[in-house]
Amino acid sequence: MDIFLQQLINGLVLGSVYALVALGYTMVYGILELINFAHGEVTMIGAMVALTVISALVGANLGLPGIVIVTLGVLVAIPVCMLLGFTIERIAYRPLRHAPRLAPLITAIGVSILLQNLAMIIWGRQYVKFPPILSSANHAIGGATISDLQIFILLLSVAIMAALVILVQKTKLGRAMRATAQSPQVASLMGVNVNSVISLTFIIGAALAAVAGVMVAAYYGLAHYYMGFMLGLKAFTAAVLGGIGNLTGAMLGGLLLGVIESLGAGYIGDLTGGFMGSHYQDVFAFLVLILVLVLRPSGLLGEQVGERA
Amino acid sequence: MTSRLLTSILIATLSLSIAACGKKPETATGELVIKIGTVSPLTGPQSHLGKDNENGARLAVDELNARGVMVGGKKARIELLAEDDGADPKTATIVAQRLIDQKISGLIGHLNSGTSIPASKLYSDNGIVQISPSATAVKYTAQGFKTAYRVMTNDAQQGHVLGEYAAKIGKKIAVIDDRSAYGQGLADEVAKAAQAAGAEVVAREYTSDKSTDFTAILTAIKGKNPDVIFFGGMDPQAAPMVQQMKRLGVNAQFVGGDGAQTAEFLHLAGADGEGVIASNPGLPLASMPGGKAFEQKFTAKYGKIQNYSPYAYDAVMVMVGAMQRANSTDPKQYLTELAKTNQSGVTGLIQFDQKGDLSGGSVTLYQVKGGKWEPLETVKSSAQ
Repeated sequence: MDIFLQQLINGLVLGSVYALVALGYTMVYGILELINFAHGEVTMIGAMVALTVISALVGANLGLPGIVIVTLGVLVAIPVCMLLGFTIERIAYRPLRHAPRLAPLITAIGVSILLQNLAMIIWGRQYVKFPPILSSANHAIGGATISDLQIFILLLSVAIMAALVILVQKTKLGRAMRATAQSPQVASLMGVNVNSVISLTFIIGAALAAVAGVMVAAYYGLAHYYMGFMLGLKAFTAAVLGGIGNLTGAMLGGLLLGVIESLGAGYIGDLTGGFMGSHYQDVFAFLVLILVLVLRPSGLLGEQVGERA
Repeated sequence: MTSRLLTSILIATLSLSIAACGKKPETATGELVIKIGTVSPLTGPQSHLGKDNENGARLAVDELNARGVMVGGKKARIELLAEDDGADPKTATIVAQRLIDQKISGLIGHLNSGTSIPASKLYSDNGIVQISPSATAVKYTAQGFKTAYRVMTNDAQQGHVLGEYAAKIGKKIAVIDDRSAYGQGLADEVAKAAQAAGAEVVAREYTSDKSTDFTAILTAIKGKNPDVIFFGGMDPQAAPMVQQMKRLGVNAQFVGGDGAQTAEFLHLAGADGEGVIASNPGLPLASMPGGKAFEQKFTAKYGKIQNYSPYAYDAVMVMVGAMQRANSTDPKQYLTELAKTNQSGVTGLIQFDQKGDLSGGSVTLYQVKGGKWEPLETVKSSAQ
C-alpha cells in the first residue's frame, strides 16, 4: 500500500508539471487552433535562464537563502520567456495566420529546432546542474515519503492554475480571450484587439512554461537544452487527453497522465510477469494519446473551441 | 518522434549540400590527403560525451599533422570529418553512408554500441576500417565483419567483473538498463555474472536514454529491498537516478558501468553521488602509460576530459600507424597491418584478437570518495 501511495505522489507531482505546460498548449490551441510545438522549448529556455541566474547568485556567495535565490531566478526567467513567447508569435505565426493549417504547424516544429540549437550554442552541450540549495527534507505520510520540494511544486501549480481560471473566467482580458476563441472576426467587430489578445495568450503561456521549466530543473536537479522536447510531447498529450482548448481539461489531463505513467511503469513488470517492463513508461503516455484520438477525439472534457466551420 | 526525424532529415540535407562542394584527394602541392571520419552524438543528451570523443580524435590528428606523416613515401595531411549521429541508430546509418560517399579511408566511431552496430554493416560492405573508441557491446565485433575493431574492453569482460563485485556487496540485486544496445548488453552480463556468483536478481527494470524521471521504477524496486542497484546506462540518467534514490529513501549501493564513471556524473550528482561505485574498462587515466601527458595536452585545448577521449586518440594513432606500415591509405591494404597492431598508446598496449577486440583488456572499479572517482581495484578480466 505504501508503494501505491508513493507512486501516486510521484505521479501527481510529475502530473502537475505536465499540467502547467499543457495549459500553454491548450490556451494557444483554444484561440488559434494552432499546436505550438515550440512551447516545450520555451519551458527549456525558462529553466536555462533561471539556472544561469541561480548559478551566478550562488557563485556570488551573497548568503541569500535558497528559496530567495530560486525566486529571483524565476523572476528573471518569466519576463525572458514572455518576450520569447511574444516574439515567436509575432515572427513565426502571425504572418501565417491565414495560411493553411499545416504551414504554421511546420513552422512550429522549425521554431522548436531553432530554439533547441540556439540553447545548445548558448548553454553548451553539458547538463546544467541545479545547485542543491532547496530544502530536500522528507516527510513520511502513510509509509510513503514526500519532500518539501514536491509539496511546493504541487501547491504552486494548483495556485497558478486557479489564478489562470480566474483570469480567463472573471476578467475583461479573459472575456476577450474567450470571445477571440469563438470567432476572431466577430470579436474584432466588438472592439476586441484580436492581435493583442493573441500576443497576450502566448505571453501568459510562456510565463507558465518558465515556472514549469524551473520546477522540472529543481525536481530532477538538472537542465539540458534537449529537455523541452519530451516534456513538450507529454504536455501536448495531456492537453489532448483533457480536451485540447479546454483549461480544466489540460489540468486534469496533466495530473491523470502523470499518475498513469507512474502507476503504469511501477506495476506493469509485476502484472505481466516480466513480459512487459517499465521501459513502457513513455509508451503509456502515447498509448493514451492514441486511445483518446481514436475513441474520444475531443478529449475527456471536450474541446472548447469556437463553433466556426 | 516526428520532429527528431525531421531534424535528421534537415541536418542530412544541409550537410549533403555542404559536402557537395567536395574536395580533391590530393592538393595542388601533391600532398596526400587522408580522410578519416569520426561519428559520435554531437547533439542530444549525450553530446558532451560525443564532443569529447571528437576532440580526442582531433587532438591526435592535429598532432600527427604538426609532426608530419609520411605514407608510401608521400607527405600526407590528415583531414578529420566529424559527424553527428545523435546516439540514434537510424541517423547513424545515414551519417555512415554520407562518410562512405565522401571516400573516407577509415572511421573512428561510433561512440555508442547501438549506433556502431548498424553502421558497421555499411562500413564492412564498403570495405572501410572502423575502430570504435567506446562501443563495448559484445555483438559489435561478433558479427563477423573483418573491418570492425575496438580499442576498449567489451561488455562481457566488464559485466563479468561488475557482476562478481556486486555479488560480493550483497546477495539481492536490482538491475536497471536504458534499453540501448550498450545498457542492455552490459546489464544482462552483470545479471548473469552476479547470479553465477550466488546472488539473486530481485528486480529487473528499464528506462530510456532520454529519461530523467526514475521515481516510478525506483519505488517499485524499493518494495523489493535490494542490497545493490546496478544501472546499465549513461551519466545523464545515472546522476538523477542516484538523487532520486536518496529522495525516495532507497538505501542500496548504486553500481554503474563506464557510462556512469564520468566527470559529468560527479558534477551532476553532487553530494548524492558519494559512495557510488562504477567501472571503466582499462586503467585509470592517472595510471595509463600516457595518461598524464594526454590530460595536459587535452585540457589545455578543450577543457575537462569526459571519458572516452583517450581511446578516440589512440584509435586514430593505431589507424594511422597501420597505414604507415602498409604504405597505403587504402583500407584493403592496411587492414592486414591493423590486425597485427602492437602499439603502446595513451590507454595502454593495443593488440587485437581475431574478432577485432582488444586483447588482454582490464577493468577498473572506482568509488566516489570526497567528490572524486577513486580507483578501488583493477581486475584482469577472464571472460571473453
